[in-house]
Amino acid sequence: MIPGAFDYHRPSSIDEAVKLLADLGEEARVLAGGHSLIPMMKLRMALPENLIDLQDIAELKGISEDGGTITIGAMTRQSEIIASALLAEKCPILRETALQIADPQVRNLGTMGGNVANGDPGNDMPAVMQALDAVYVIAGPGGSREVAARAFYEAAYFTALADGEVLTAIRFAGPPAGHGYAYEKQKRKIGDYATAAAAVILTMSGERCESASIALTNVGDTPLLAQAAGEALVGTDLGDDALKAAADAAKAITQPASDGRGPAEFRTSVAGVMVRNAIVRAAARAA
Amino acid sequence: MSKMHIKMTVNGKAAEAHAEPRTLLIHLLREEFNLTGPHIGCDTGHCGACTIDMNGMSVKACTIFAAQANGAEVTTIEGIAAPDGTLHALQEAFREHHGLQCGFCTPGMITRAHRLLQENPSPSEDEIRHGISGNLCRCTGYQNIVKAISAAASELAAAKEAAQ
Repeated sequence: MIPGAFDYHRPSSIDEAVKLLADLGEEARVLAGGHSLIPMMKLRMALPENLIDLQDIAELKGISEDGGTITIGAMTRQSEIIASALLAEKCPILRETALQIADPQVRNLGTMGGNVANGDPGNDMPAVMQALDAVYVIAGPGGSREVAARAFYEAAYFTALADGEVLTAIRFAGPPAGHGYAYEKQKRKIGDYATAAAAVILTMSGERCESASIALTNVGDTPLLAQAAGEALVGTDLGDDALKAAADAAKAITQPASDGRGPAEFRTSVAGVMVRNAIVRAAARAA
Repeated sequence: MSKMHIKMTVNGKAAEAHAEPRTLLIHLLREEFNLTGPHIGCDTGHCGACTIDMNGMSVKACTIFAAQANGAEVTTIEGIAAPDGTLHALQEAFREHHGLQCGFCTPGMITRAHRLLQENPSPSEDEIRHGISGNLCRCTGYQNIVKAISAAASELAAAKEAAQ
């Protein structure tokens, strides 16, 4: 399959990339890892006239921590998330999630920025970012702005990212030491998108749940923050009643499509199971 | 949409071509550089038959534009054996353990396994299976592929020990 013709650009700074986007207009697209965009171009469902490859922009790369705030550059590869000692210590849910994305070759090129900015409801990181209450740092012709992950997703492939803007980094407060976490994903095979998946981050005080944040992947047009599900856990000992209440609250907000991954009712049911399993695993990891 | 001058190092040698930016790396390798070892299987980034090594990482050449690989260091299955033709331990092990069946996925499998054993010189069976999870064998002959990779890992470890 041969994509449509385009001109190729490889800027070396964010400013240069933003300027190229402004100068080249609507038919220009940025290229990160390319593992969503290039397949769409091969199908001619995307026909950009200009591709702006971000691979040479050093300021878009790397993972850092400053005063408890973790920043991940948009061009950081999934394989770098998996290998990061900093994330393994401070925010291991990202490693657990990245390992469930596609396969080793794809993770070597697929980026965090592409995963969260593309707006594909099948992507795994957006729900995790909603659970972490991350913000996305966006550069555009008017300078830089931030949008919360919880306010970023509007519909499938529609996000708060405007024409001419580039997502440059993801930023979030590292979850407290001793937090429990889990990303539970049911998929038909390695490389598939989730039938349903759930991200859970919680803190415990003895047997009592102090805080809980839950978000869902691929059971709606956007990632879904399951706020009521998290609230159903706070103050409980995560007994069976609390687990059922949380799973029911999560299921209530799902609106999955019926597709090759199963009928909508099945995927909603799987979402409930993923939420329950993720809570149990997160609790077992909490200190 | 003018052609670009694309340069890279392929199997240790400088290579260059004039190509349209939309040229996929797999087409550049196969059609311009005559390296037909990396195969086009699914052409959608799933099957891994086009797996090559780029800048020290396994990647799928069907889902990369040649322009993205401008300046890169690339190794294909053609660059795995020694220059005198002596097969690499992985290639020997695939032959020995019947890791090839129809052979279509083999170049991708071996190129991926070659990098996997550099990332993890003594992988468990589970680590091998996850390590090659981006490479599909439609003969479903994974058993012998896993055996071959495991045998090659032992062989390479023994050779390394003998050299020390």
